[in-house]
Amino acid sequence: MSEKFDVIVVGAGPAGISCAYELAKAGVNVLLIERGEYPGSKNVMGGVLYRKMMEDVIPEFWKEAPLERPIVEQRFMMMDKESAVTVGYKGMEWGKEPYNNFTVLRAKFDQWFAGKAVEQGALLVNETVVLECIVEDGKVVGVRTDRPDGELYADVVVLADGVNSLLAKSLGFHKEFRPDEVALATMEIIKLDKKTIEDRFNLEENQGTTIELFGDATKGILGTGFLYTNKDTLSLGVGSLLSGLIKHKIKPYELLEYVKNHPMIRPYIAGGEPVEYLAHMIPEGGYKSMPKVAGNGVLVVGDAAQLVNAIHREGSNLAMKSGQFAAEAVLLAKERDDYSEATLNHYKTRLMSSFVGQDMKKYKDSTHHFDKFPQYFEKYIPMANKAMSQMFTVDGTSKWEKQKKIWRDVGTAGEKLKLARDAYRAWKVMK
Amino acid sequence: MLHIVACIKQVPDTKIIKMNPKTNTMDRASAPAILNPYDAHAVEEAVRLKKRYGGTVSVLTMGPPPAVKAIKKCIEIGADEGYMISDRAFAGADTLATSYALTKAIEKISKIKPVDLIICGKMTIDGDTGQVGPGIARRLDMPPLTSVNKVKEINVEEGYAIVHRKLEDGYEVIQSTMPCLMSVEKEINEVPYSTMTNMLKAARYQPIIWAVADLEDVERTQLGLKGSPTIVSKVWAPTKPSGGEMLEGDAAAQTEQLLNLLLEKKELFAVKGGSGVEL
Repeated sequence: MSEKFDVIVVGAGPAGISCAYELAKAGVNVLLIERGEYPGSKNVMGGVLYRKMMEDVIPEFWKEAPLERPIVEQRFMMMDKESAVTVGYKGMEWGKEPYNNFTVLRAKFDQWFAGKAVEQGALLVNETVVLECIVEDGKVVGVRTDRPDGELYADVVVLADGVNSLLAKSLGFHKEFRPDEVALATMEIIKLDKKTIEDRFNLEENQGTTIELFGDATKGILGTGFLYTNKDTLSLGVGSLLSGLIKHKIKPYELLEYVKNHPMIRPYIAGGEPVEYLAHMIPEGGYKSMPKVAGNGVLVVGDAAQLVNAIHREGSNLAMKSGQFAAEAVLLAKERDDYSEATLNHYKTRLMSSFVGQDMKKYKDSTHHFDKFPQYFEKYIPMANKAMSQMFTVDGTSKWEKQKKIWRDVGTAGEKLKLARDAYRAWKVMK
Repeated sequence: MLHIVACIKQVPDTKIIKMNPKTNTMDRASAPAILNPYDAHAVEEAVRLKKRYGGTVSVLTMGPPPAVKAIKKCIEIGADEGYMISDRAFAGADTLATSYALTKAIEKISKIKPVDLIICGKMTIDGDTGQVGPGIARRLDMPPLTSVNKVKEINVEEGYAIVHRKLEDGYEVIQSTMPCLMSVEKEINEVPYSTMTNMLKAARYQPIIWAVADLEDVERTQLGLKGSPTIVSKVWAPTKPSGGEMLEGDAAAQTEQLLNLLLEKKELFAVKGGSGVEL
C-alpha cells in the first residue's frame, strides 16, 4: 500500500534540507529521500558556507553546527608557473559574531543540518534512489524509488537531486547539459596539525583563510583552484569546465596533482597526509542554463536548478534560499489547495526577484565570456606576473624605463588595442 | 505465536578502521559505525522464520545512545520491536559481562512476551570471539546451537527446532528443544534490499530504552568493567603478508614450476589434528 505525504523532497543537500526544514516547521508532512548512506555522504563543495542564508533557516546556527573555521581572510592568487600576484583582504570583524562565512566539511555539516530537519518533524529515508517522478494527467503526483513497494505519493515533489538532475530532465525541464555548462571539481582533504595550519596561514585559533587560485592553477584552462583552512585539515581543489578539460585533454586528477606540486602551493601542504579524495560536478551554465523550475506538482531547487554563481564561488547559499522559497510556495499552494504550476510559480517569482535571480542574471554571460576568450587566463595572468616581477626587481633600471618595457611587452599596437577591448568586455560581463 | 529475539551490536566498520600506531588501539573515529554484518543475517533469519511460522521479531542491543541507528537498521530489515539497554554502568563490558546484561534484558522482555528463540550473529567483527551468544544460552539454561547455516524446521507447539550446523567438511543436522539460542553463519541467508514500507517504519521508529535501574535482580558487580575479568594485554594490527612469486611462461611451464614449488613446501599440506598428505 503506497503512502501519501504532503511533500516529498528528493535529495538531502542544502536546498533539500532547507526546504524540508521549513515545511516540517510549518507542520507539513514531509518526506526527505537521500540516496547516500547519510546526508552529506555524497555531497561535495570546496567548503565555504555563508552565514547569512544559513542563519535565515536556523538562527545562530554557529553555536551548535559542526563548522571548521570562520573566515577572516580571503586571498586571490593569479598564478603563473613560478610566481603569483596575490590580492586579499583580512579583517577582524569577520572573526567575531555574527561572522561572514565559515569553512565546513559537508559530510559532517549536512548530516547535522538534516538532523535539525528531522527534529522539526521531517521524515528522512537514506540509501534510496528516486528513479522517476510519477506523472498522472500532466501532473507530478509522486515518486518511484528503487525499493520494493517503492512508490510514494505527494501533493508536491521538490527536486533537490543536484547537478545534472535526471528527474528534471526526464520531465523535460532541461536538456542534457553540455560540457561547457558543467565544471568538474576534484579535491583532497589534507590532514595537518592544527598549530601548523595556524602558523602557515598566519592565523590565530578559530580563524580561517580561503585562497582562490586562478591561471596556472588550472594550467590556464577556464576554472579555479582553492585552498581552504579547516580545523586540522586543508581543502585543496581545482575545478574547470568539462569543455576545457576535453579540449586540452587533461584529466581532472592530473590538474589536482599539478596544483599540489606548484611552488606557490607546495609549502602550504608540505608534510600533510591526504585523508579524503572527492570529486563532483558543478553546474556553471548560469542563468542561460536554468531549467524550468516549477510545474504541476513539482519544484526544482539548488544545483538541480543550476543555481550557482561561479564568479563568486556561491552555490550552497543560493541553494538554501531556493529551498526556502520553494517551501513558501508549497505553503501557499496548500492554503489554496491548488498545486498547479500557476500557483507553484510563486517560487519562481520569489526566486528571480531575490538576490539569487538577480545575481544569476548579472553574471549570465561571465562564464561563457571567459570560456569564449581564453586569453584572460592563458595570456593576461602571466602578463601581470611578468609586469610585477619587472617592476619590483631592483636592477638599476629607472622605473620609467621599466614601465615602458612592460607596455612594450604587451605587444603590437593591435595587441594593445585587444587588451583594452578585453578589459572593457570583462568589465561589461561583470558589471 | 513464535517470539524471536535477535541480539545485535553496532560496531566500527573494521574493513576500513585504522590502528593508532602509537597506542596500538583502534581509532574508532576513523570508521563509521555499522550494524555488525553477522547480526544482519541473524535478524534476516528471524524475519524469515516470522514469515514462515508467524510471530514477532524483537531485536536487542547494548550500547551508547547512537546505537539506536543499528536498531533502526534492523527495523528496515523487518524486525517489529527494538530494545536497547544503555547505561554508563554497562561501559567496558567484556563478553562475560555483556552476556550477563543481555540476559537480564531478555528476562525482562520475556515478561512482556515469552521468548521462544534467540538468534545471534556468529560473532562481532570488532571482537571476533563468538562468546556472547553461548554465554547468554548458558545463563538462561538454553541449548546453544552455534555455526547454524540453515534452520530446517521449527515447531513451537511441540517445542523443537532442527538446524544444520556448519562443520569444516560438511554440516551436521541437530535437533534441539526450544527455547534455544542459535548463532548463525553469514551464508544462512542473503539480506535483501529493504522495502519502502520498512524504510518508512524504521525512519519513524523509536526503540524502547532501558537503563540498569529498569532491569530486575541485577547484580551491579557483574556489569561493565567491574564484571569483566578479561584483560587485554596487547592489540596489534596483523602484518600484511608480503612476497609472493609470479610464475612465468606458458601453461605447461607454469604447471611444472608450481608443482616443484609445492613439493618444496610440504608443510602446507599438514592438516591440523588430521592425517597429512603422505609425500
